[in-house]
Amino acid sequence: MGASQSGPVHLFQDLTHKTGFSIEQIKTLHTRFLYLTRDEDTLRREHLANVSDLALNPIRRQIIEAFFDKRNMGEKEKGCLQEIGFEEFVTVLSFFRPPKPHTADEEMKNIKKEKLRFLFNMYDTDNDGIITLDEYRCVVEELLSSYEIIGAENAKAITDAAMLEVANVTVGQMAPDDFYEGITFEQFEQILKDVEIETKMNIHFWNLDTMTVQCGK
Amino acid sequence: MVLNFNQRSPFTFLMCLICTVSLGYGANVNVILEPTATSPSKLPPLSPMEETDPDPVETTQAVFTLDYPRIQIPFEITLWVLLASFAKIGFHVYHKITVWVPESCLLISIGLIVGGIMHSLHEKPPAVLTSNVFFLYMLPPIVLDSGYFMPTRPLFENFGTVLWFAVVGTLWNSIGIGISLFAICQIEAFGVQDITLQENLLFASIISAVEPVAVLTVFEDISIHEQLYIVVFGECLFNDAVTVVLYNLFNHVAALEVVEAGEVFLDIGRFFVVGLGGMIFGVLFGFVAAFTTRFTGKVREIEPLIIFLYSYLAYLIAELLAISSIMAIVICALTMKYYVEENVSQRSCTTIRHVIKMFGSVSETLIFFFLGVVTITTEHQWNWGYILFTLLFALLWRGLGILVLTQIINPFRTIPFNFKDQFCLAYGGLRGAVSFALAFTLPDSIGCKKLFITGTIVIIIFTVFIQGITLRPLLKLINVRKTNRNQETINSEIHKRLMEHTVAGIEDLCGQWSHYYWKDKFMKFNNRIIRKILIRDNRPESSIVALYKKLELQNAMEILDQMPGDISAAPSLISLHKERKNASKSRKKLLSSDVTNMHELLSKNMYKIRQRTVSYTNKHSLPNDITAREILMRRHTSLRRSLRAGSFHGTNASKMSHNYFSLPMGRSLNTGFPPGRLVHTGDGDTESEIDYPSIRRPRRVSSKAAMPLRPLNTLKEVASSVDTVDEQNEEQRGYRRSHLGSNVSRSGHLTSHLHHGSSRNYSEGDHDFEEQQSRLSPHAWVQEPQDNSDVQHPLMRRPHWLPQTPHDK
Repeated sequence: MGASQSGPVHLFQDLTHKTGFSIEQIKTLHTRFLYLTRDEDTLRREHLANVSDLALNPIRRQIIEAFFDKRNMGEKEKGCLQEIGFEEFVTVLSFFRPPKPHTADEEMKNIKKEKLRFLFNMYDTDNDGIITLDEYRCVVEELLSSYEIIGAENAKAITDAAMLEVANVTVGQMAPDDFYEGITFEQFEQILKDVEIETKMNIHFWNLDTMTVQCGK
Repeated sequence: MVLNFNQRSPFTFLMCLICTVSLGYGANVNVILEPTATSPSKLPPLSPMEETDPDPVETTQAVFTLDYPRIQIPFEITLWVLLASFAKIGFHVYHKITVWVPESCLLISIGLIVGGIMHSLHEKPPAVLTSNVFFLYMLPPIVLDSGYFMPTRPLFENFGTVLWFAVVGTLWNSIGIGISLFAICQIEAFGVQDITLQENLLFASIISAVEPVAVLTVFEDISIHEQLYIVVFGECLFNDAVTVVLYNLFNHVAALEVVEAGEVFLDIGRFFVVGLGGMIFGVLFGFVAAFTTRFTGKVREIEPLIIFLYSYLAYLIAELLAISSIMAIVICALTMKYYVEENVSQRSCTTIRHVIKMFGSVSETLIFFFLGVVTITTEHQWNWGYILFTLLFALLWRGLGILVLTQIINPFRTIPFNFKDQFCLAYGGLRGAVSFALAFTLPDSIGCKKLFITGTIVIIIFTVFIQGITLRPLLKLINVRKTNRNQETINSEIHKRLMEHTVAGIEDLCGQWSHYYWKDKFMKFNNRIIRKILIRDNRPESSIVALYKKLELQNAMEILDQMPGDISAAPSLISLHKERKNASKSRKKLLSSDVTNMHELLSKNMYKIRQRTVSYTNKHSLPNDITAREILMRRHTSLRRSLRAGSFHGTNASKMSHNYFSLPMGRSLNTGFPPGRLVHTGDGDTESEIDYPSIRRPRRVSSKAAMPLRPLNTLKEVASSVDTVDEQNEEQRGYRRSHLGSNVSRSGHLTSHLHHGSSRNYSEGDHDFEEQQSRLSPHAWVQEPQDNSDVQHPLMRRPHWLPQTPHDK
């Protein structure tokens, strides 16, 4: 890190433009990044899997995958990366940046759309643009996995009900032979149009610097 | 307005009449009563003699006696409450008044009218509102009401902000107003130099309590965004506590001649002891209450009582220890709510909610009503300068406080409050019942009590009338951010949970913590320890599952609600049932009158309830996953959607009537089938028709069995009423199937096959539901989705489905 001191500064400034984080936030995130990677330049899955706080999170698999998903890097291509650099790390985190005050409505809609896209990608593991029943079930099962008693069957039943709900709300009347394939992104948006994702899916990156040290233990 | 006043005026008139008559009567008797009441003190030795003497005479002679003094107090209280309730009913006769004018305004107006009448008759208002009555009987219901119905989740998401505004904001207001009023008092022109700083502070603390009801009603109506809503709600709740603490504190200080610095610090320390002590007591009592309800399974009838007793006990004991009793009761309600609602039966839960709401609103209504009465009847001490400056400062410091305090809190909030929000917060600071009651119960030792009462009344009337009425148009004008809060779907719950977990996970990754982190930790602790102690059948539940069950139940309840109404209202349904019965009971005998028919129908349903109970009480496990369940769900959700789609009555009624129309059609085609359908065991000849429903029904039931609430009877009724709707659907299906002709044999084959190896078939079928969908498409299985889109009977469903799906893909 010490060798290329000027490199990071430029990189940080670029990232500030690209992601909207402030320089200080980028710096603290960089410290955190280095902590996670144990001073390596790239982050791999096992690094994240070792974070002890994350071990209790029921959907940690999806969260970790999201960091290595190319769709979240602002690129068109699909697929997964094996390791990511700091830039990608910050790019993924920037999905959780709270919108600035006095954001125009139009801008707000875009922010919401981006956040929704991130969530959608967490469901849509095979990149086909549709959340199928299996994909949906898979996520719901993991969501409910922390409650031992509920069991897989109930998770399935709930997913099925949820799926039917989507079908009902979005498609409406279905012909007898119709088969509902899955939730498209547009339908996903439609279901969540009343939920204020843009005000909830935010992380307030403000007291990071102290916590990076403490949480490092 | 003129028109609706006319509509209302008979009510009002009647009320005033009742009121004045009763009061006049009460007062007359009072006059008679007074000598007897005072006589014992004057003539102690004589009074027993006199009392004993007339008694035998009266009992022997009088045929009709009137013992008004005996019932006077409860009687008058009842009449007052009744009068206030009439007023409330009156406002809602014409709905539009309450949309534009807050209810509190109307109550005060009625109070003013009644006060005017009483004043013209030279009556004194009943001396009900003493300090003790207010603090021991009127305040607890109001606070319990808001504490119990406080939405917990958003509260804790915004807990810091809420506390900040409630505690610091109230302190800011009290001290600011108090000191600036004290400055005003120094101006000789106003002639109020005798008011000390302590008294000013006391007065300021009284008028800095904001009142939520009117504001929250407006906020709810225009569905303002959650953060603002909860901040106003929480602020009002906790600032009641702060105000009462401050009030007691300044009351104490105002009584002192000289105030020393050490004393002030002691009081500040006391402030924290009082607040935190209240919280601790609240938590304690909340847990004890929840723990008690764990054992009330056998005595359902006293379940609601437990809740009230414990909350009241928390309040009283906090009062006894001179710690914040409002805090205690609020925290107690917040703590026990979830555990209690899981322990008690559905009915008790409803009772608890209703009773709490009822007492809360009665109490508040009475206070506003008295406010109106007292405004007219009490002696006022009017001081233009002091009162106008009070008003000015109250508005000014509120606005300034919000502005400054949001600037401080905003950097800590993920979503900062913008200007519009701040305006709403500042403008929503109406003063209300608590302020009035506090002012009215001021000790007489305060020199300018009358001036304070007048000032408080002016502020309340100003804020409630002017701000309350203009709040709604203003909010509409400035177009505040809105949220749709009343929609609950499984999907949005799932997505929200996913989002929360993701945020929590990402926060963990970047080494940050926030309320999600604490929430996760608390939920873990809650599930592992607290729930095990407090809840009878401890099954930790995800909110998704809870919502799922709730929707299921809600759906069923709505149908249940629908059924009796329709039976009584819609003749088409009755005739439908008659027809069905005629068909099904053709072997016995035909029942002619509709009444007998309905009795018959009811008893039949009852019978089914019995059958059903057996089938699902012993099967407490969660439902098996079955292929057909998905099909069922599909119909079920579509039904639910129609239920939720607003004009519920209309849709269902039309559905019923469609049903009716469709029946003769089916019957004319095949009259042979109907008889067997309703009989569960059935006769051999119509096996295919019978088996299908009999397979389906347990399944329907098993989905119900998953419900955690053990409603004793409701659940059964629910199940049965759902069933009746199901039956109708089945019936149609039956007709259609047989009517399709070519399918009959095949479907018959399939269903009978299923009848034998049903369970196995289902479980394996589940895994490849999608395959089955396509593979089985010609069979009876997939006809189920058709149920909604019944092509055979154009009248049946289609027409009223179409308008509800304008946003098709």
